[in-house]
Amino acid sequence: MRRWSGVMAVLALLAVSTPVRAQTLVADLSSHLIAITTGFTGTDVVLFGAIDQPGDVAVVIEGPETAQTVRRKDRVAGIWINNETLKFTHVPGFYGVASNKPLDALLPSAVAQRHEIGLDHLRMLPRADADAATVAEFRAALIRNKQREGLYGTEVGEVVFLGQRLFRTSISFPANVPIGLYTVSVFLIRDQDVVGAQTTPLAVSKIGFSADIFDFAQHDGLIYGLLGVLLAVGAGWLAGTVFRKG
Amino acid sequence: MQIYLPIAEMSVNVFWVLGLGTMVGFLSGLFGVGGGFLMTPLLIFIGVPPAVAVGTQANQLVGAGVSGVMYHWRKRNVDVKLGLVMQAGGIVGTVLGVMLFGMLQRLGHIDLVISLSYVIFLGGISGLMLMESVRAVFRGRRKGGASRGKLHHHTWLHGLPFKMRFPRSRLYISVLLPVGIGFVGGVLVAIMGIGGGFLLVPAMIYILGMPTTLVAGTSLLQIILTTGVAAVLQAATNHTVDILLAMMLLVGGVIGAQLGSRASGYLKGEQARALLALTVLGVAVKLAVDLVLTPDDLYSITSTGPRP
Repeated sequence: MRRWSGVMAVLALLAVSTPVRAQTLVADLSSHLIAITTGFTGTDVVLFGAIDQPGDVAVVIEGPETAQTVRRKDRVAGIWINNETLKFTHVPGFYGVASNKPLDALLPSAVAQRHEIGLDHLRMLPRADADAATVAEFRAALIRNKQREGLYGTEVGEVVFLGQRLFRTSISFPANVPIGLYTVSVFLIRDQDVVGAQTTPLAVSKIGFSADIFDFAQHDGLIYGLLGVLLAVGAGWLAGTVFRKG
Repeated sequence: MQIYLPIAEMSVNVFWVLGLGTMVGFLSGLFGVGGGFLMTPLLIFIGVPPAVAVGTQANQLVGAGVSGVMYHWRKRNVDVKLGLVMQAGGIVGTVLGVMLFGMLQRLGHIDLVISLSYVIFLGGISGLMLMESVRAVFRGRRKGGASRGKLHHHTWLHGLPFKMRFPRSRLYISVLLPVGIGFVGGVLVAIMGIGGGFLLVPAMIYILGMPTTLVAGTSLLQIILTTGVAAVLQAATNHTVDILLAMMLLVGGVIGAQLGSRASGYLKGEQARALLALTVLGVAVKLAVDLVLTPDDLYSITSTGPRP
């Protein structure tokens, strides 16, 4: 029941998601739902679209926002111990960006900042009292760790133009992709400025057996735990009986 | 064949995990230990979040313990009364341990505490075991009738109050001793994801003075109960038990344990103990080195925010 709420939300958003400037840009995804089933090992989603006048295109994929605590280890009495910490809020759980030209050639920094295009321009909010140098250091570490987990793109993806008007790009999601509601934003860029944009929702949801187990574990933890122990006892008893003669 | 683990939230190769279970099961059958001390670090090493590794391992150990107890039960090598008394301490230890685990997780020190406990407990125990088995091997070579010493020493431990009779083990000891040992075992299950057999067994022999024939079966009984409580608590409070992962490990582990216990016929007792001590020492040294070496990235992240 609950896992369908994500799908419903997508459908609702689809109904209202109209392009900002309807005439200039149209884009859509090959799929609006990434279903994490038992066999899930990651997947690719294709984004395709068209523009009515020549221009450049940048695509930003953002996963559900979380808060992240970044910790730095320091050597204490010979061993490495987590010491200084800084918490960031409004951190996207997944972030990817793609464009048909290098980003710094397309947009001035201020514009990229406004639309959060590119890892350097992510608006992650640190705790208020932290000084700038510390924030920069911990912010870089946060991005680096996310990249190592495969959740933040290490490089800008490629938007391919087919002729003047049609474009497409492919977005890869790894197996550990966080569940939730994603937004895929497509920006039309002309003369160093964003002149059109469209946002499309994308849901990442656990479906089927793995979803059932996850929901069960989250909502009825006690019963789930008891059932797990019962299963283990059963398996152990079976093994003890089968191998009795040995 | 890849399978997605719903709680660990990662995709693993089924045959890899089955193989891992079989390998650890083989060693546990060979040496007569639970193998949790190998499995938990291995799971963390392949990328399972430490909290999920510990919770899942508790569940897996229940199954491994049941088949072990059945074996000893048929040979009548289980002291149920003593096991249940130990369990009284075990439950308190487990509850406290699960709470401590959650607290350390919030403070960001859980990985360090897991590693440090492994280094201290595994390093200490394996060092002692190694010394003892080296001595045993030499004694065997000399064929000397080294005197066994007094069988029963009277220490301050025997002066403790609340004495109780345990007819099966022919003991008349303070309840505080088995309860205390059970308590430590419970804490270890919750924090380290191990049954604690390597600690319980020597404690039952040297502190309680139990007959060695009864030790394995009774400690396994205590382990089933403690790990069972731990698994339910971890599932209910921290949501960190992955049933799918536990079942795969269990299937591999059961097969491995059977092969291992057959192979153990080819090993002498002191050889087996020396090998076990070396394996345990290896794990402890690896973890100790990791604590001291400069990590690749000094920074780490944890999600502390709202999860959908």
